[in-house]
Amino acid sequence: MSTVITGLGVMAPNGLSSEDYWTATLNGDSGIAPIDRFDTSGYPVSLAGQVTGFEPEELVPDRLMPQTDRMTRMALAAADAALAAAGAGPGTLPEYDMGVATASTSGGLEFGQRELQKLWGKGWQHVSAYMSFAWYYAVNTGQISIKHGMRGPGGVVISEQAGGLDALAFARRQIRKGTPLMVTGGVDGSLCPYGLAIQIASGRLSTQDHPDLAYLPFDHRANGYLPGEGGAILVAEERESAQRRGAPAAGELAGYGAAFDPSPGSRGALVRAARAALADAGLAADGIDAVVADAAGQQDDDQAEADALSELFGPAGVPVCVPKTMTGRLLSGGAALDTATALLALRDQVLPPAINIHPELTDPRLDLVIGEPRETPVRAVLVLARGHGGFASAAVLTRP
Amino acid sequence: MTRRAVITGMGVIAPGGTGTKPFWEMLTAGRTATRRITFFDPEPYRCKVAAECDFDPAAEGLSPRDIRRMDRVSQFAVVCTQEALADSGLVAGGDGAPGVAGAAALEGEAAERTGVAIGNAVGATMSLESEYVTVSDGGRDWLVDHRYAAPHLYEYFLPSSIAAEVATAAGAGGPASVVSTGCTSGIDAVAYACDLIREGSADIMITGGSDAPVSPITLACFDVIKATTPQADDPARACRPFDATRSGLVLGEGAAILVLEEYEHARRRGAHIYAEIPGFASRCNAFHMTGLKPDGREMAEAIGVALDEARLAPEQIGYVNAHGSGTKQNDRHETAAFKTALGSHAYQIPVSGIKSMVGHSLGAIGSIEIAACALALEHQVVPPTANLSEPDPECDLDYVPREAREARLDAVLTVGSGFGGFQSALVLADPELADQERSAA
Repeated sequence: MSTVITGLGVMAPNGLSSEDYWTATLNGDSGIAPIDRFDTSGYPVSLAGQVTGFEPEELVPDRLMPQTDRMTRMALAAADAALAAAGAGPGTLPEYDMGVATASTSGGLEFGQRELQKLWGKGWQHVSAYMSFAWYYAVNTGQISIKHGMRGPGGVVISEQAGGLDALAFARRQIRKGTPLMVTGGVDGSLCPYGLAIQIASGRLSTQDHPDLAYLPFDHRANGYLPGEGGAILVAEERESAQRRGAPAAGELAGYGAAFDPSPGSRGALVRAARAALADAGLAADGIDAVVADAAGQQDDDQAEADALSELFGPAGVPVCVPKTMTGRLLSGGAALDTATALLALRDQVLPPAINIHPELTDPRLDLVIGEPRETPVRAVLVLARGHGGFASAAVLTRP
Repeated sequence: MTRRAVITGMGVIAPGGTGTKPFWEMLTAGRTATRRITFFDPEPYRCKVAAECDFDPAAEGLSPRDIRRMDRVSQFAVVCTQEALADSGLVAGGDGAPGVAGAAALEGEAAERTGVAIGNAVGATMSLESEYVTVSDGGRDWLVDHRYAAPHLYEYFLPSSIAAEVATAAGAGGPASVVSTGCTSGIDAVAYACDLIREGSADIMITGGSDAPVSPITLACFDVIKATTPQADDPARACRPFDATRSGLVLGEGAAILVLEEYEHARRRGAHIYAEIPGFASRCNAFHMTGLKPDGREMAEAIGVALDEARLAPEQIGYVNAHGSGTKQNDRHETAAFKTALGSHAYQIPVSGIKSMVGHSLGAIGSIEIAACALALEHQVVPPTANLSEPDPECDLDYVPREAREARLDAVLTVGSGFGGFQSALVLADPELADQERSAA
């Protein structure tokens, strides 16, 4: 039994649909820009991957506006797009045959900050009646299931950036157990003052104020990452069920693996996760045509990922893509968006470039796709993701 | 060979006692641990009671740095993990000196074959709120001042820190995650762990749930939707599921961590097996983020699927641990679900709600209730529903009022309902029951 992806909904800093995102990404058009939602002059970080031009009033039902954070509105819009692409919705399959499993990290933090301000400034009576579920890690799964009448399994997994892949694996597990369709992926973000302050506290954000110099993974000048918002929602289906209803597949989730290692700078968990994903997909390392890297943007973590890739593929053994250089790191949305990237690369047989990093300044052990897209046969892509604290996950996407 | 998941170790921190033993003693005594809130002044709030844990992290062996780095929710989880690992016999310990720094951890291949799945609903909400108060200067500034933030604020921000701390403390190197489906998290995390064992991604899973939500913001969230009880006069009797005089839920806190193990793995090393988890399911009601339909249809569906997966008939279920949150909406919803899923046998099965004693600890309670179910199987005793003296005529099942009861138990069922519409059910059984079923089939 295999799991295919039949629908893709993207909400990215450099594109509000999967096609716009893909066009921008192949062009090297970045979504990194100065934060314009609040005054950042008091903060050492002023850049982020903001989703701009998103008009929730047009895409989200009025009824849901007062009860949702921006992050959930983006998730609802991405789910709509993914289901439309898959030609699926209420009634496509029996209600218990469709479920939802998303990754989460920040919940609706901007909503939460507003309500915390009301609580501490005015008193509990002023807190929104929607607060109990708007700043809530499970909110996107709940809202998507309600909007589309999906009564199958509901799931929410959290492992920071690795969560985007863990949600896909969760969805595949439900499909294998008998639920033919799962909406999955992750949309995340917390670009509000408290969210920025929290990420600054990690000590891992770049404080560069020029977009070209801020987030430079695998480059000797790496000095941290930039936060972003958005992600991708995917429709995952059991292959034969999708075929029966005539839904074309964009790719197969052929392999997955996860591991944990808290030692800073360790490649161990990444290597183990990738090996498990390869074994699960029944592929050797030479069966992988490209890698979408985690790309932490920290010297030690980049080194560890380069170590892992060298160990797995040999020196410069596989093309490595870093589309995150155009979006920043999207928490649980990041690996979901990287999965979308992998599926689009499989479709068009082209690998997207990284921007801003310089070939002569990057780790020579890596064959990074930089500056220009690279046309090449793409049959299988490995997506890597790490979550703060020691989480590592890997997924293999193949042509359908 | 079908891989099966069994419980071989447990650790519990619940209101009323730290450790599995005091927890079970309290439940079987029918004692309640709900009280007037002491963590902050509840006077301005609608609800003034909660089930708080008297938990001293230093006394439990956590070092000053552990205590600074971890929110209370992670501290609970790590301390419970030490108890559960020692109880399982997988690591040396259990001599009363656990704690993170010096505690025994898994090693070698066993470590890489051990994963972590922790249920949690609201993350490190206590720290996130107290840090917010500081950086916003008491809620005054929208543009908060990051320079006043605690160094570990980013760890507090990530609910996954709970799983990271547990995995680090245990030395586990397999797949790790937090499962966060609100108030069903504690069931769903254990189900997630079972799936990883069944599919072969791990031989051992450290799983369970932890939550520490007794904070102003959580109380406010429930107060504004009038889900919590407004009655403050008799805190010990504040939570009264299935009682006609019930007045709402009572927040709780705590954790339960289980060591789950592949059955043959556990048998080979001669481990004590509390119970097998042969079936589980979750369903969404796709109805409302906080509301429940009175027919309990989706919960009934989840129960039916869980029983089918366990290959058990309703007649084989000897006890149902109810969600029993103490709201009328819930009591009627799940009573209807039990009748739909279990048929006439619903009237024969003892059903009880331990939230009457330990409160509703959101993402932890599902696991605390699984621990209670495992102990019920172990001791052949059903814990009661405390505070039930005036049965709601609309809830006409046997809710085991006030006093624990001895019973012949081979298999038990536990259920949960969560914001977002989540409905989960999980079955625990004597592993020999499944062996007999299989040899009969």
